Amino acid sequence: MGNNRKRKIDISKQNKEIEVKEETSEAEEDSADDQLLNTITNEEEDCSDSEGEIEDSEDEGDQHSEEESEESDFNISEDSESNDSEGSDGSSGTEENSGDSTEEEEEDSSSSEIEEATEEKETVENKQNSKKDVKKKVFRERKTEVKTLKSSTINEKLKEKSESAGNNEYDYDSSDEEDIRNTIGNVPKNWYNEYKHFGYDWDGKKIIKPEAGDHIDEFLKKMEDPDFWRTVKDPQTGQNVILSDEDIQIIKRIKAGKIPDVSFDEYAPWIEWFTRDVMQTPLRKFPEHKRSFLPSKDEAKKVSKFVHALKMGWIKTREEAALLRAKKEPQFYMLWQTDDQAEEMRRIHKHIPAPKSFTNISAFTTHAESYNPPSEYLFDDREMKQWDKHKDAPWKRKLHFVPQKYDSLRQVPSYKRYIKERFLRCLDLYLCPRAIKMKINIDPEDLVPKLPSPKDLQPFPTTLSVEYKGHTDMVRTISTDKMGQYLLSGSDDGTVKIWEVNTGRCLKTIKMDDIVRSVEWCPNNALSLVLIASGKKVVLINPHIGDYLVCSKTDSVLQEASKIASVMSERVKSTVEWSQPEDALYKSGVRLMLTHFKDVTQVTWHGKGDYFASVMPDGQNRSVLISQISRQSSQLPLTKSKGLVQCVLFHPTKPCLFVATQRNVRIYDLVKQTLVKKLMTNSKWISTMAIHPAGDNLLVGTYDRKVLWFDLDLSTKPYQVLRLHGTAVRGVAYHKRYPLFASGSDDRSLIISHGMVYNDLLKNPLIVPLKRLEDHQQTNDFGIFGVHFHPLQPWVFSSGADGTIKLYSN
Amino acid sequence: MVSKKKKKFSSGEGAKYISRRAALRKLQVSLREFRRLCILKGIYPREPRNRKKAQKGDTGIKTLYHIKDIQFLLHEPIIWKLRDIKTGSKKIAKARALKDYEKIHKFNNSYPVLKLDHIVKERYPTFIDALRDLDDCLTLCFLFSTFPSMKHIPRDQSQLCRRLTTEFMHYIIEAGVLRKVFVSIKGYYYQAEIKGQTVTWIVPHHFSFEPQNRAEVDFKLMSIFVEFYIVMLGFVNFRLYHSLNLHYPPKFPSLSATNIEKQLVDEDVFVSERVAALNYSIAKNSNDIVEEDVAIDDFCNEDDPEKLAEAKKEAESIENLKTLFKGLKFFLNREVPREPIVFMLRCFGGEVSWDKLLFVGATFDENDESITHQIVDRPSVDNKYTSRYYVQPQWIFDSINNRELMPVKKYFMGEILPPHLSPFTNKGLTDIYMPLEERALHDPTLLEEIHKKDKEAEDSEKNDIAENNDDDHIDESESDIESAEELQENDTKKKLSVAPGKVTKEDPQQKGKEARQEYRLREKMVKNKHKRLYKSMMQNKLERKKEIWLLRKKRRLHEEAKNEKNQKS
Repeated sequence: MGNNRKRKIDISKQNKEIEVKEETSEAEEDSADDQLLNTITNEEEDCSDSEGEIEDSEDEGDQHSEEESEESDFNISEDSESNDSEGSDGSSGTEENSGDSTEEEEEDSSSSEIEEATEEKETVENKQNSKKDVKKKVFRERKTEVKTLKSSTINEKLKEKSESAGNNEYDYDSSDEEDIRNTIGNVPKNWYNEYKHFGYDWDGKKIIKPEAGDHIDEFLKKMEDPDFWRTVKDPQTGQNVILSDEDIQIIKRIKAGKIPDVSFDEYAPWIEWFTRDVMQTPLRKFPEHKRSFLPSKDEAKKVSKFVHALKMGWIKTREEAALLRAKKEPQFYMLWQTDDQAEEMRRIHKHIPAPKSFTNISAFTTHAESYNPPSEYLFDDREMKQWDKHKDAPWKRKLHFVPQKYDSLRQVPSYKRYIKERFLRCLDLYLCPRAIKMKINIDPEDLVPKLPSPKDLQPFPTTLSVEYKGHTDMVRTISTDKMGQYLLSGSDDGTVKIWEVNTGRCLKTIKMDDIVRSVEWCPNNALSLVLIASGKKVVLINPHIGDYLVCSKTDSVLQEASKIASVMSERVKSTVEWSQPEDALYKSGVRLMLTHFKDVTQVTWHGKGDYFASVMPDGQNRSVLISQISRQSSQLPLTKSKGLVQCVLFHPTKPCLFVATQRNVRIYDLVKQTLVKKLMTNSKWISTMAIHPAGDNLLVGTYDRKVLWFDLDLSTKPYQVLRLHGTAVRGVAYHKRYPLFASGSDDRSLIISHGMVYNDLLKNPLIVPLKRLEDHQQTNDFGIFGVHFHPLQPWVFSSGADGTIKLYSN
Repeated sequence: MVSKKKKKFSSGEGAKYISRRAALRKLQVSLREFRRLCILKGIYPREPRNRKKAQKGDTGIKTLYHIKDIQFLLHEPIIWKLRDIKTGSKKIAKARALKDYEKIHKFNNSYPVLKLDHIVKERYPTFIDALRDLDDCLTLCFLFSTFPSMKHIPRDQSQLCRRLTTEFMHYIIEAGVLRKVFVSIKGYYYQAEIKGQTVTWIVPHHFSFEPQNRAEVDFKLMSIFVEFYIVMLGFVNFRLYHSLNLHYPPKFPSLSATNIEKQLVDEDVFVSERVAALNYSIAKNSNDIVEEDVAIDDFCNEDDPEKLAEAKKEAESIENLKTLFKGLKFFLNREVPREPIVFMLRCFGGEVSWDKLLFVGATFDENDESITHQIVDRPSVDNKYTSRYYVQPQWIFDSINNRELMPVKKYFMGEILPPHLSPFTNKGLTDIYMPLEERALHDPTLLEEIHKKDKEAEDSEKNDIAENNDDDHIDESESDIESAEELQENDTKKKLSVAPGKVTKEDPQQKGKEARQEYRLREKMVKNKHKRLYKSMMQNKLERKKEIWLLRKKRRLHEEAKNEKNQKS
């Protein structure tokens, strides 16, 4: 581009005669749009000359370099032609310039005056006027003006030429030669800041800068000069230029985005030169080539290839392709001919259908899930806190979502976990092991056995009637006399007390040396004896209560018995030592004393009242001792230790001994000296046991909260296990006459139950818990120790760790 | 001769099951293929009776399949198709790596297609079986119909889902078998009764799709499910349409008549849009009307006359439901979710339209004077027509669930809506909490109470709660106190004196307490075998009771707060 321009300049320098340069803005007007601002600011004398401006802008940045270069090439050739023609023969008429000659007359005058900077504006005005005239002559073409000053002689010559030329086909200049009036070239204009002139014109004269006034002058001009608003500065020559009305109109049109040329008709009817219609005459002058009437061999080859490919099915027509696509999509037809008849085919083995996903939504969940639930379903603060707490363990949450309330449907957002939930369901469907599970649909009440109402099973003790207070420590053991008039109790405070049952009065207190672990009144009516186990000693005491005759007779019987010298083996002798009490003791009622080698925990009478058994748990194979009062001798029934003996019992009628070790109960026949039965309790530790007066049923209490009912005729396993208590059972008892039994435990409760044993062997005992009585105080985690029924009445005694004995009556 | 010693686990539980790893080895497939196979064929792991034996003495937990299920898979033809797919995709991958586009094209065209028709028939021997299993299918298809195109999901899957689900909705509309609807925070629950089977499905709310964490949701897996469900739903639709004599795929009878002047650019698109609008009835194959409804015979000698009466009542209410919106004209405002509401209204005979610009298929304009109801979901509307009710969408849901038109008054535009209750209640359970509104539905007299906001109701509730408290918690302590009182009485009676006799009235509370004590003792006699079961059942019962108590309390607090607010204002 730069080269081109240089060449242009050179050419113009060569042909110095031709000083007139004309340009039309016509050619480039359409491209002037983006240079609008430049045009307005930079326009000097010839605002209409947009071409020059474009060139300027190109200098600044080569944006449209390619187009421009083409144009410029074209221009150069034109220019050169015209220049040549002018150069060779001016008179022959360079059409190019001749058209302009008319204006140039006026322009000459104006150009001559240019040197006087003060008059400049007037000249511009003149020029504008002249232009207007020209416009009328020349087809609405706008004129550019003179570029440089020229001599009057040449001017005249040109005038002649133009006149001779008349209406030439080149009556306007289409060249877009750059408007160069300043010859300094493309140098920064600020180099001339300090000079009065602003470069040089073609003749080498200085172009004097217009007088630059100060701000006040400027302001005055602004106020006074009506043309001030249309005065612009030409950046090339530094002269002020006043824009013409037409220029301004063009600028306005460009600003409005219209085509600058007013006369251009955008909506002119379209002339279709090249139509598909066959025309009478060809547009082109020459006929079609013969080749064009012959089918192309190359194309035929291609077509045959396609045909072959189609034939082979390598390529498909659109229809075929659509068909193929449709084939890949699922096709639906009547798969099931009937609703409910299955066709025979291989299927999944024992199919377990997946549970439906929405069937087991409970009502609670669904109401809470509503977008507008009743207010009570929304979480309060506490529930919300609970929700947050289980963030890491969401399965612990009550609901799997937080209930929300929205005022209207439009506010409901999408549910965040929806896709996740669907995904989890999918996982369940293919990954969750399936099994058929029987679901029990019963009321929990149906599991509770139907038992007769306690009201129909009266009488049984229900109310607390008497309390026996006086012991200072826990009362471990109680017993009544045969008639049920007196109550005997032994306590940890080392005393044995005898109470009147009906009044609750303490009749007698017997002080012992040690803790009293077991007391029992002699079951024989004819003897007034009580058996007391305290420490290592077992003492027989005549309480002197009740019938005087019986008491005195008891004494005499015992005295007779003491005269009999008994022979005992060494083993027995090392176990127990019989001794007669001293006088002081005798007076206090003690009749016999047995000193054992270990602590005695329990003593029990045989039903006849002659024998009694004592238990020493630490005694190894000598832990059970049976003593006979009438002979004043003892024997050890067991030779081998079978474990820690807890308690022993005599069968009420048969010569049998029940020995409860820690886990089992063994029944020995004392006559045959054999083991009859071993009862399996399946519990950890037996505490106590009681035998039914008929002798066929046994009640065993254990420290692991159970009460076991053994039917000795049935099996060695318990007939029924009663878990009535919350803690260790310490006392069990049968009533001698009524079908009642009771159990007392550490949870302070005494439970009275109905235990009916039928004479019919085929009928199992009926057991009905009747009443729970909780009156004892808890002391050191102990509740009730001893339980004893009144021998005649449906009353029950219980002794507790709180040092009281209570009588419940019906 | 000594017989050979039998090997362990060669019979019984041990021989019945096969672990997943062994199954893979036996089938000669990769885990991914096996997963696909299992999903398509509906094979699932089984819970053995004795896990240790089933795992051949191995402890821990393995995924166990029934050996027969795996043998069943061994004979499956699609196992070969899956292998073909594997090789096919390998070939394509290789061609792609070599940039051999011709080959890619060729392999793409010959990519094997899984045919699942036989599996549908095999998994669902009868049509009823398929209907029974439709819940998951519909829910997943409705979800997928909202999905954009995604990686790992075949391109046309969501479009097909959309097509099939709209077809299904058209069937529901034509058959009028929708029974219950429920708007939950998760989406719209629908329940239909098709050939005696209840089919329930959820349609999510708008904009349900969200990109998911890869560790959380595997879209590929869901897509395998959908692959099967699409085929199944297509066949089900086909049969359902034919049972109603409808043309499948859906067509419109009056389509050409109304739009003859329009040159249809793409008829398929036009039809599918109309189908999606749900607002036109679809064409029938023939004009014979299939009369399905058979009146319940009077002479059927069932033992229970009450049951019969109940069934009759039910049938009547369903008949009422089917014509619930007949003769009513609805106009939907643009903020109302169009599809669910049009679906429901059309199901029960209503005429619906909406703003023409909103969606294709609008039949009449807003200024039509014959419109009876306009569904709005905004606080106010600029120009109202006096000839119609402006109601909120919840009115439709509640009316359907109630099987009669609810009074519109409570649902007017701008009103605070009454709570929306779920119709999916378990009627069998007795000890469930019923909100006051639900009780009012069963017992209309209660309704007045709600309206008046009587204090009586609240009081009674309070009493209920108090009673509950008595029942559950304070019992024991109370008994203690009372027994102590008795003791005191005994003490005072000890003094010798004669007082005029009093008639002792039986205290009902005392009586109840005794009965409870008795029961508690009897409870101890539950058989050992059932003890645990009994305990857990009672525990659950107690929890439910507590839940009810909590709900009642919350309700009371809310009411109180509301009353206070009212009083202040």
